[in-house]
Amino acid sequence: MYKILRKKVLNPTVTLMEIDAPLVAKKAEPGQFIILRVDENGERIPLTVADFDREAGTITIIFQIVGGSTEKLNHKEEGDYIYDFVGPLGVASHTEGLKKVAVVGGGVGCAIAYPIAKKLHAQGCEVHSVVGFRNKDLVILEDEFRAVSDKLCLMTDDGSYGEKGLVTNALQALIDAGEQYDEVIAIGPLIMMKFVCALTKEYNIKTIVSMNPIMIDGTGMCGGCRLTVGGKTKFACVDGPDFDGHEVDFDEAMERSNMYKDFERRKHSEACNLFKKEVM
Amino acid sequence: MSLKKNEMPVQEPLVRNKNFKEVALGYTEEQAIDEANRCLGCKNRPCVSGCPVSIDIPDFIAKVKIGDFEGAYQIVSRSSALPAVCGRVCPQETQCESKCVRGIKGEPVAIGRLERFVADWHMANCKEAPTPPASNGHKVAIIGAGPSGLTCAGDLARMGYKVTIFEALHLAGGVLVYGIPEFRLPKAIVQKEIENLKALGVEVNTNVVIGRTITVDELFEQGYESIFIGSGAGLPRFMNIPGENLKGVYSANEYLTRTNLMKAYLDGSDTPIMNAKNVAVVGGGNVAMDAARCAKRLGAENVYIVYRRGKEEMPARNEEIEHAEEEQIIFKTLNNPVEILGDEHKCVKGMKCVEMELGEPDESGRRRPVVKEGSEFVLDVDCVIMSIGTSPNPLIRNTTEGLDTQKWGGIVADENGLTSREGVYAGGDAVTGTATVILAMGAGKTAAKAMDEYIKSKN
Repeated sequence: MYKILRKKVLNPTVTLMEIDAPLVAKKAEPGQFIILRVDENGERIPLTVADFDREAGTITIIFQIVGGSTEKLNHKEEGDYIYDFVGPLGVASHTEGLKKVAVVGGGVGCAIAYPIAKKLHAQGCEVHSVVGFRNKDLVILEDEFRAVSDKLCLMTDDGSYGEKGLVTNALQALIDAGEQYDEVIAIGPLIMMKFVCALTKEYNIKTIVSMNPIMIDGTGMCGGCRLTVGGKTKFACVDGPDFDGHEVDFDEAMERSNMYKDFERRKHSEACNLFKKEVM
Repeated sequence: MSLKKNEMPVQEPLVRNKNFKEVALGYTEEQAIDEANRCLGCKNRPCVSGCPVSIDIPDFIAKVKIGDFEGAYQIVSRSSALPAVCGRVCPQETQCESKCVRGIKGEPVAIGRLERFVADWHMANCKEAPTPPASNGHKVAIIGAGPSGLTCAGDLARMGYKVTIFEALHLAGGVLVYGIPEFRLPKAIVQKEIENLKALGVEVNTNVVIGRTITVDELFEQGYESIFIGSGAGLPRFMNIPGENLKGVYSANEYLTRTNLMKAYLDGSDTPIMNAKNVAVVGGGNVAMDAARCAKRLGAENVYIVYRRGKEEMPARNEEIEHAEEEQIIFKTLNNPVEILGDEHKCVKGMKCVEMELGEPDESGRRRPVVKEGSEFVLDVDCVIMSIGTSPNPLIRNTTEGLDTQKWGGIVADENGLTSREGVYAGGDAVTGTATVILAMGAGKTAAKAMDEYIKSKN
């Protein structure tokens, strides 16, 4: 059992939790992920490490409520326990030798992009962060990004905060202004990563994306997380989750990610009903 | 005396293919005694030589003959850490029972069924947990809570070692819990065997991935004097044909893990599994039979086993093949998939196959299947389960310096399980590639003995 030491609601659909997991905290690096089960009947869900504190022995996770399991997780409070918590899994992001990087985050993907931006900043790399959200209410980690970025472009789809537009608009503007990047790191919805990659390909800027497909064990055992990268099948859990974005077959990944959409929707409404009952 | 074994009662095929309860129901006391009386009690004990863990078979059967079932259990458990498991999943027909003198004329003694009977009898009638032996003050670590690791842990704990098992998944048992289905091996039995190990003082740390959470070298730093690697062969293989990444294509590992470990067949489970109508399972081993029988129980109308050789060449146990056939699994032998077809939403809508015929024997001694010209056809399926084998997981070998491995990934170990690293032993599928539960247990047992000798030699 793993204790929830801190819980913070970042926006109506995104929550941060700090979990007591000293063994995981000792090894975790940006880009890696953990797998947790909320309760005894829980499914195994992968979440990328949003932050870690080796001394305190804690791992920070940030998750969006998308289905039954994340709904249940969101109903856990400080002091409650999570049934299972294992990691760190996957290969850490490679940040060595980078001098100037654009970190692009979309929605809850910013939670994964942030620790990478933080690490790059700490090693003296010039970091330009481009973060995008649907609207003002959904903005997360603004101060955190600002603290580790040499330049921050905050975008909202409806213009209710920051600049109006998509992250690709901001990235295009930066490129047009003559910024030269060693690498672009893009983390967010599949569709966002697809379009960031389409843009950076035109300018031949190496682009790394972080994939978060459906998986069970996270150690290479099930193969459920397979993706096509450069025409070859890769397992996101052990070969990734970071991949060269110009090689990833995003259309296939998008189809695969909706495999259990109906089940998810049903489980989510079941979970919501369950909690409504408890409140009454 | 009958030339035939006592039949074991089973659930009716068309009833059981709709539930996940155990297929075989086990002997009654009368049936067990009757079967035990078929044993001739041979002086030279050929059956024992066929057992990878050398159970004193005639001795335990002699106890069953006189109705001393607990006495029989005590004899079995001297050699086997998991008797209730082995009685169910061992391929006895190629091991102990293949050596039985009764088998020369008629059927051999049903040793496996008797083993199962005494183990179940013990579980049902003896509630007291084993008592831990006096500690010898030495610490050992076991990586992986599957058959080889559990056996190795049990033997070392009985010798007085402080044993810690590290398991990557959230539940101990390895293939016994994620792979072999409930209807062949009830999970309560596995948990009971693991509880027995814990009662002996074995500590089981789940949710620890060796190679990620902790490395082999760090285990030594933490004071473990010897380490056993029983991490299995968990990496699924695919055929590398077009369409394998369509929605509805599973590895057998994924399909079985969702069903067994995550209990997707129960309503209360949060883990989804596809409700397929027509399922093709590609492969001819025990795992393929398990996957096919799970698919049927999950409600599929037609479940096909698609295998490129003939039924005689199938590596699955005859009993498993027969059970699958009785449950209306359709065998499409001498067929080989060449492409999986998808619809506009990238869901499986069919599998293109070719017919095969058997040619000259290949290096495995089995006749090589060759494609029949112009035999292409499409099998109407919405789900494909690839069950064509697994390879060892690279996590440990990639993070342990000086640990030699074969080209295909297996850990190199000598006949005692010793690897290229001092104090590090390995066994089971991690060394041999995909094999059986009992062979893995045998390897765990051998390694336990060698680890004990190694630690004694150093102190």
